[in-house]
Amino acid sequence: MAEAPSTTRNPFTHVETPAVGVAVEDLCKSFGTFEVLKHVSFSVAPGEIFVLMGPSGSGKSVLLKHIVGLELPSSGRVTVDNRDAAAEETREQVRMALVFQAGALFNSMTVYDNLALYPREHRIADEAGIREKVMRALQILSLENAAEKFPSELSGGMKKRVAIARALVMEPQLMLYDEPTSELDPVMSATIAEIIATLKDQYRVTTIVVSHDRDLALNISDRVGILMGGELLFLGTPAELRTPTDPRVADFLNPKIDLQNPRFKKLET
Amino acid sequence: MKQLIQILEGLGSTLQLLMRAASYAGTLPRQIGRFVEQCYTIGYTTLPIVAILSFFIGSVLALQSGHAAENFGPKQFIGLLVGLSMAAELGPVMVAVLLAGRVGSAIAAELASMKVYQEIDALETMNIPPARILVLPRLAAILVMMPVLTIIADLVGWFGGAIVAKYTHFISIEPESYFATMRQYMEFRDVWNGLVKAEVFGFVIVLVSCNIGLNTRGGPREIGASVTRAVVVSLILILVLDYFVTKALM
Repeated sequence: MAEAPSTTRNPFTHVETPAVGVAVEDLCKSFGTFEVLKHVSFSVAPGEIFVLMGPSGSGKSVLLKHIVGLELPSSGRVTVDNRDAAAEETREQVRMALVFQAGALFNSMTVYDNLALYPREHRIADEAGIREKVMRALQILSLENAAEKFPSELSGGMKKRVAIARALVMEPQLMLYDEPTSELDPVMSATIAEIIATLKDQYRVTTIVVSHDRDLALNISDRVGILMGGELLFLGTPAELRTPTDPRVADFLNPKIDLQNPRFKKLET
Repeated sequence: MKQLIQILEGLGSTLQLLMRAASYAGTLPRQIGRFVEQCYTIGYTTLPIVAILSFFIGSVLALQSGHAAENFGPKQFIGLLVGLSMAAELGPVMVAVLLAGRVGSAIAAELASMKVYQEIDALETMNIPPARILVLPRLAAILVMMPVLTIIADLVGWFGGAIVAKYTHFISIEPESYFATMRQYMEFRDVWNGLVKAEVFGFVIVLVSCNIGLNTRGGPREIGASVTRAVVVSLILILVLDYFVTKALM
């Protein structure tokens, strides 16, 4: 594992604050009789960039929602900076920002107002201070010209960048990304991966990325976890991921198109 | 049994939402922009349709009572009949039904789509309670706008009745006579009771619509289902509450 820096640098004030860690302990989650997560355990060190991979429907996004407290565990525990992630106070004590898969931008607001909402609602600064902060976040993501646009006027890649900029304005100690490169062309996917890695390198924010993008995991992560069918099948470094021992993991990472014996015919209905 | 549980769950979550929104009441002064925007949406944009409908309801009331009074009863009491009917019952109920269809559906659709497209989740991760910025300004706005809309509905309805009473050949009552019986026999309490009913209806419509919208799960189809549910539940509650509030005010 890479040597984890112990402080996070604020992108606006450049003040150093202790980086936060995340621990998932024996986490189980069921919706009715359907078990989505089965005894999942792992930890993310302060300042680390951890990529959680897995096929669609494997429970990655549900796991992410447990970390930000949007879902409550059926059993087990998730802690952020040694505080219970399910407790409302944790969100007040630890600044966590989640970049949603579809951006989750507020459609009735301009890009500027989307970014200004958090500092305005939490009365972090006066309007001039908020403007400075928002424009700095837009500048970091090369979005200065999009400030007055509405989300409906943006391309998919720009929406993702605005969502990252909005997360950045929260001055997060923990950044979470839900499928940041999905629905993007390869170049834009690489751009987003570069942004995630750059933000992590410059500000040393603990980062958890949920994705099924192999290139992203191999190139920017300190460690990778692979979740399949609600179980964590692999936990290791990108180097270890290149030579997986579990055949299910190997098949997920390097799927061969088999026209003689197609997978869809073996899927359960 | 399952439906009973659903009703009780809905009641419980609605009361929880009310408590949460009330706990943020102190933040209302710094949400003045949102409050004014909601007053405009709920009140100003609903005003034309309220005026048109109440004008014709007042007119029809005068027409029907005038027609009945042709055979029996003194025609000068048509003013009193229209006045009382509009102030005590038709004004508040008609405005409430209109609001359920126009404002309740719009609130449910907006909040349901925010929920489905994860905007509500985004607010929660930002530690910005939806009850504070989405529900409280709407509840405050309806409390201010509902009496205004009801008074306008009452006045326009009375005016519509007066015009019909004057120009319909088998009624032909001068406005002075029409309004004289209203002034003579109606009490301020009649109008006041109507306003109290309207406040209750409006508050319930907005609260129920917000709760249904915020509890939407699924995709676009569920947004439509939430809108329908918000309107149907609001309409049922208006009529049920109408009975109980009327009885309580007697």
